[in-house]
Amino acid sequence: MSLLEFRNVSFENGGNAIIDNISLSIESGDYISVIGPSGSGKSTLLKLCSHLISPTSGSIVYKEKNFIDYDPTKLRKSIAYCFQTPYLFGDTVIENIRFPFSIRNLRIDQKRINELFTMFYIPADYLNKDVKILSGGEKQRIALIRTLLFKPEILLLDEVTSALDSENTKNVEEAIVSLNREGTTVLWVTHNLEQSRKFANKLLTIEGGKIKSLEVLR
Amino acid sequence: MNASNSISISSLLIASSLVLVTLFFSYWQKLKLEKEIIISVIRAVIQLVAVGYVLEYIFGLQNPLFITLLLIFMAFNAAYNASKRGKGIKNGLMISFVSIAVGTIVTLVILIFSKAIQYEAYQIIPVGGMIISNSMVALGLCYKQMASDFKNKREEVETKLSLGADILPSSIEIIRDSIKTGMLPTIDSAKTLGIVSLPGMMTGLILAGTSPVEAIKYQIMVTFMLLSTTSISSFIACYFSYKGFFNSRKQLNYLK
Repeated sequence: MSLLEFRNVSFENGGNAIIDNISLSIESGDYISVIGPSGSGKSTLLKLCSHLISPTSGSIVYKEKNFIDYDPTKLRKSIAYCFQTPYLFGDTVIENIRFPFSIRNLRIDQKRINELFTMFYIPADYLNKDVKILSGGEKQRIALIRTLLFKPEILLLDEVTSALDSENTKNVEEAIVSLNREGTTVLWVTHNLEQSRKFANKLLTIEGGKIKSLEVLR
Repeated sequence: MNASNSISISSLLIASSLVLVTLFFSYWQKLKLEKEIIISVIRAVIQLVAVGYVLEYIFGLQNPLFITLLLIFMAFNAAYNASKRGKGIKNGLMISFVSIAVGTIVTLVILIFSKAIQYEAYQIIPVGGMIISNSMVALGLCYKQMASDFKNKREEVETKLSLGADILPSSIEIIRDSIKTGMLPTIDSAKTLGIVSLPGMMTGLILAGTSPVEAIKYQIMVTFMLLSTTSISSFIACYFSYKGFFNSRKQLNYLK
């Protein structure tokens, strides 16, 4: 059974087809690497998955129910999206960590925060750090932690290791692999060909808004 | 100068020589503004004479219904102007009218109940005019800020939406920023009152012969009422208008 399914999905903006009649089935537990040249529609594909935009034609089905039959906020809580350029809001790290709890009217779960800080090698005292003084890599890891505070069913990652050094890239890859093993479905857009084949079970290549190939790796 | 005396026509004619000074500078410096200066002066005189007679007629009317209709007319015009500033704001005219009307009603009711003013044309029309025009300027600033924030802070809003936030928590920083922008000029001018400027109302009262100490009381009332109106109007307008930047699927609309 498909967890997420694209049925003849197109997305046009200003007359240009950015996604052109894509049909795709994502199974539960999949780890799909998405590759393709710049401007091929990879990020738009992730935005469609997270329902930040809607297809201009076709439909997206999640757990056998059309996206438009879900409450958008509930849907986005199950399908988490980590952007290519991490955006940390407010003044300090804690404001970013508190946000996912406050929108659910929940108290902060310190245990879960510590768990993720350890997983992504962020020191515990970073909670009160000013977001402006963080490095690009630190910002990206905090953004990942913010996305993962509540385990999503599907995790969408858009070039999240592009600002990281090799050591931190390895740490993030390990963390994502372990989340995938625990049952999170992963859709990871990357430019790194080696990375795309390392852990994924499928490799999706997009070109000109169309699926060029979908290779089963393992 | 005996302030309580009215200005005579001959005094006005002599004062009109000041226009010649402006014309002289324009001619001397080749600013090519002579024609515009003459037209603007003629227009100002005709408009002011006309409004003087209209106001004299209106102030003579004691019908509360007529005063109310006039206030509604003023609020509608102000709402129309404010909504023109808010390109991208859906239902801008309606939102502006409601915001200005509520701000004006609340402020006027407090002023009337505190017996600071009475519901009579000669008091309500000028005071209402000040309130409404101040709200109009505040709303224009709010809308401009909001439209530019939704364009420039798209990333922030979409990040919050993608975390599963509803549109209000995703836009709250923009809403606060816009309300602040609407209110700041009134707060700033309140801070510098008496130091940088003697405002129009106070100057007018002093010229009309009221003692400065008495005129200050009116100015304090005006300051309070403008602060109250801008905050109420900006708050209502921003909380109503942010929703227009999203579609029914809680997605941020594309702004041109």
